[in-house]
Amino acid sequence: MRLIMAFLLALIATPLAAQTALPPAPWADRQLADPAQERKAKALMETIRCLTCQSQSIADSNASMAGDMRSQIRERIMAGEQPEAIRTWLIARYGDWVSYEPTAAPILWPLWGAPLLLLGLGLLLLRGRIKRKVRS
Amino acid sequence: MIAEIGLAALWLAAALALLQLVLAFTGLKGNKPDLLAAVRPAAVAQGVLTAIAFIALVTLFLRSDMSVLLVATNSHSAKPWLYKFAGTWGNHEGSMLLWVTVMGVAGAAVALFERALRRDTHMATLGGQAAISLGFYAFLLFSSNPFARLAPAPADGQGLNPLLQDPGLAFHPPTLYIGYVGLSVAFSFAIGALLTRQVDAAFARAMRPWVLAAWVMLTLGITAGSYWAYYELGWGGWWFWDPVENASLMPWLAATALLHSVTVLATRDALRAWTVMLAVVAFSMSMVGTFLVRSGILTSVHAFAVDPERGSFILGLLALYIGGALALFGWRIGAVREGAPFELVSRETMLVINNLLLTVILGLVLIGTLYPLMTEAFGHKVSVGAPYFDRIAGPIALALMIAMAVGPLVRWRRDDGRVVTKRLVIPFLIALSLSAWLSVLAWGRIGILPFLGLVIAGAVGVASLAPLWKRNLRRTPLFTYGMVIAHLGCAVSLGGMASDSAFTVEKLVAARPGDMIQTAGWQLRFVQIQPIAGDNWTALQADMEVRRGGRPVMIHPQSRFFASPPTTTSEAALLTRWNGQLYVVLGEEVEGGRWQLRIWWKPFVTLIWLGGILIALGGFLALLGRERRGWLMKWRARAATA
Repeated sequence: MRLIMAFLLALIATPLAAQTALPPAPWADRQLADPAQERKAKALMETIRCLTCQSQSIADSNASMAGDMRSQIRERIMAGEQPEAIRTWLIARYGDWVSYEPTAAPILWPLWGAPLLLLGLGLLLLRGRIKRKVRS
Repeated sequence: MIAEIGLAALWLAAALALLQLVLAFTGLKGNKPDLLAAVRPAAVAQGVLTAIAFIALVTLFLRSDMSVLLVATNSHSAKPWLYKFAGTWGNHEGSMLLWVTVMGVAGAAVALFERALRRDTHMATLGGQAAISLGFYAFLLFSSNPFARLAPAPADGQGLNPLLQDPGLAFHPPTLYIGYVGLSVAFSFAIGALLTRQVDAAFARAMRPWVLAAWVMLTLGITAGSYWAYYELGWGGWWFWDPVENASLMPWLAATALLHSVTVLATRDALRAWTVMLAVVAFSMSMVGTFLVRSGILTSVHAFAVDPERGSFILGLLALYIGGALALFGWRIGAVREGAPFELVSRETMLVINNLLLTVILGLVLIGTLYPLMTEAFGHKVSVGAPYFDRIAGPIALALMIAMAVGPLVRWRRDDGRVVTKRLVIPFLIALSLSAWLSVLAWGRIGILPFLGLVIAGAVGVASLAPLWKRNLRRTPLFTYGMVIAHLGCAVSLGGMASDSAFTVEKLVAARPGDMIQTAGWQLRFVQIQPIAGDNWTALQADMEVRRGGRPVMIHPQSRFFASPPTTTSEAALLTRWNGQLYVVLGEEVEGGRWQLRIWWKPFVTLIWLGGILIALGGFLALLGRERRGWLMKWRARAATA
């Protein structure tokens, strides 16, 4: 637990350090030359959470850490990596929290099952309200 | 002195609410008309007292009275007066006072204007309204007193979050709260009807205008909030599936379902238990939303104060009222009969499908919003955001849109399936040709949801006008116009959403003054950058000359610095054209005297909010239609007796 805390603190501290010392990430606000690649990168960014913000994706955040992450995503897309591979890498690094798209972890099965369950339940309730046969 | 008057008014209002509750229920129980005679005056007086308390707080903010703790922590004397005024509810205590005031005034309105309801149900409803108000008075007085003094008074206040210093603050929270809390009336109606066992068509007809009014305000509030977020946050997004946005969407979904089921109850005297249930659920969702936002359990720009004690207080109220209402429902609903089943091809069935789909979306939004809290309890932090909601609720919402287009074309009681199919030929052909055209235009470049969204928006937009087909337009009731316009609004809004996600062009560029930028057919000339000063801020402003053919126009995106509290915000420059918006944001200075610019061309994005306004307008017309008929009947009755 303490390790995680230290890690999180380090995460929060990184952008602070970046603001004062390091130059901004090169690809934070620079589009990729290939529109198809840029579309892929953008679509991924919209589903990655900014870890230092209140409730924003890295695609719409001014935080410098979000800029760093945008830059990393663009660089990896440019290097030919697939978006889902980058998501997996980000999740391995920052935890499930970083992805706005819930994973298929067992704890999330009920979440993915909810639509079918609710629709099924609704149809079951509906059955009693509608006459079976339409009288001619 | 003003603060003390406000506080006294609040205590008096709370005492009156208690009196109103006791009078209503002892009066009903013992059948004592003299006790019941005092219920309505008590409700009206309560409304007046809450209004006095609210005006007192507004006055304190306008005067920048720093001896009041709330003013000192949330205001500043150098703020423009509009934000002093609107800043009254830009904080936890003030917004809860607004909540209680709306509740008090709504209760007074029910006491004054409700004539259609049976007398005993009316009294029980006012008793119910008093019972809910009482809890929120207690919350305000015991844990969120807006009138607490601060001694010694500081020289000046700490200021308001600059993100909130926007005309949007004057409009969005009040409309949203009138909608949120207006639903408490439907909740009280349900309680009243359950207590007096009067769940019938007459009850539905009496409840419908109140639901409509709350729903109209809720629609306007959400639309305004969405546009505010769109232009203020500077990233061109208009809906983020943020928990707080979800908290406002859930009551809207429930109220929309209620609006349709109450029509079935009023017309066919069916869906009794379900309608009562929805009335309970709608306001429960308002309370759940308030709990999520006010407890600080979720982090968001809306969560002013993180205070677990307040959170537990609201959670207690939540459990008490929702639990109480559900217990009453379970106890009494056995005696309420649902009526005969519907024919498969009938308006009733379509409205039931509407209710089913809306409720499923509501359930999914609720589960998705609460799920991260649940997994956190197991030590597993997850995020549930746009990808989940878009993918899961999106298709169901599209199915709902189709049902919305078909529903009004099906007759009540029973209709012929083949005839209904014929009525749908034209919209179907439109959908086909739209899909063909879009496939040629943008195959592989737009996602499946935006694609379906555009196709369905076009077809449903036309189909929503079909109920006016071959009708005498001058004799068509206002209510029908209301429905047509509201449904058209849904299609228009969907079209805007789909167009934005399918066709938006983004350009990120670092430019220096003098540079020329080209994107999406626009030419932008970066003229200069200059410092300017406002009332309580200074800013760097970029002057840009933009043109797309025709004459050039100047636009001025800014980066603003506020001193109290110290914050930087970006003020986007928006240029609205009939076919979309150009959205330009000035970012930070990068190396070599160049400035980071973000430029979007968003085709037809304004349709999103135009649709929202149309939906609200439709609701308003429907409300007017009902009301006018009431006046007409009264006038005729008077003319007949004279």
